[in-house]
Amino acid sequence: MADYVLIESRDPFEYSDTGYFYEVAADLSKAGNNVTFFLVQNGVLTARKGISNSAVDKLQKAAPNVKVLADEFSLRERAIIGGKLASGVASSDVDELVDLLAVSGVKAIWH
Amino acid sequence: MTTSGEKSITIALMDPPYESGTTTTALRIMDAALRKGISVNVFAYEGAVNLTMRGQAPHPNPVKGTSIEEQDHPSTAKFIAGLFTLGADSPKLEWVNCGLCVDERGAGECIDGPRRGGPGDLFKFSQESTNTLIIGTR
Amino acid sequence: MPGILSIVERAYHGTIEEQDDTILWLSHMIKNAGGDVSVLLRSNAVNYAVKGQDASGLSIGGVALGIPPTLDNDVVALSTAGVTVYVVEEDLSDRGIGNDELCDGVTKVKRSGLAKLFDDHDAVWHW
Repeated sequence: MADYVLIESRDPFEYSDTGYFYEVAADLSKAGNNVTFFLVQNGVLTARKGISNSAVDKLQKAAPNVKVLADEFSLRERAIIGGKLASGVASSDVDELVDLLAVSGVKAIWH
Repeated sequence: MTTSGEKSITIALMDPPYESGTTTTALRIMDAALRKGISVNVFAYEGAVNLTMRGQAPHPNPVKGTSIEEQDHPSTAKFIAGLFTLGADSPKLEWVNCGLCVDERGAGECIDGPRRGGPGDLFKFSQESTNTLIIGTR
Repeated sequence: MPGILSIVERAYHGTIEEQDDTILWLSHMIKNAGGDVSVLLRSNAVNYAVKGQDASGLSIGGVALGIPPTLDNDVVALSTAGVTVYVVEEDLSDRGIGNDELCDGVTKVKRSGLAKLFDDHDAVWHW
């Protein structure tokens, strides 16, 4: 079992291949790994409540153990604030991301 | 380079200045790491070698009618100079610009701090760091 | 017939440039220079029309970004300057953005109406 930090900077509207990254996160979790899925930049667009075909909803149904975090600055920059944040997504920041990255053996993957 | 027992992160990045949020996020990660006492090694590849060009200059904003002073808008080189201040000793910021990429882009005049290198530096950084984050371009 | 339809679809270029978003800025400059320009926000750029965007507080290496982008204000400023700013209705709803979240001065257009919008302009600049 390994620890993974998957950082998703892209969104499914501009990049059709983001689905692959969400699926990998789910597969890694289902295989018994600890997976943190960190949304940043336009990646946080999937963290807005009410989005159609929510990739975050699908991920959480497929792999409930994946921890989904979203960068607070990226959220605020896009006015995804207050009650607009989708359930199951926790607001986070780069300080917490660095804490996750600065651990030997953690597999950090940017997309 | 860090000594044994100290934490360090290696980051490779490729985007040129002002094109993508990725540059800003990478700089924020470096800033957070250095503030936490974690050393940072950067390998700037392709367009990212332009991030540290010495000649970057602010300008007024004619749409908003603001002067250079009123805008007070830091360049990427100025942000990175600030990172070098944070990472002057311990924690340490090391920044390598890909030399061939610099030559291709005529980007040789950079701020104090970065040095010229190549992919071998990235490999060495990755071998000696706590962790490595590769940030590609798109 | 209006002159130029400037289409903005790629959004959020990194926060740290004065002219962020560069195409909103350029469109405003063209308007100021006497150009007849409309702006169409589609894809992720529809988020530029959402009220309450806040990119303050950015500081890197002790260097602060004192004047962050205020893209919703830039959209309003474009509209105030006489630039018609369209937003694609389905691109809003796909992203869960409701009418109550939109800033003033934007005009919604359906995807099915884009061909007519293109046709109604002399030139289409698709950035």
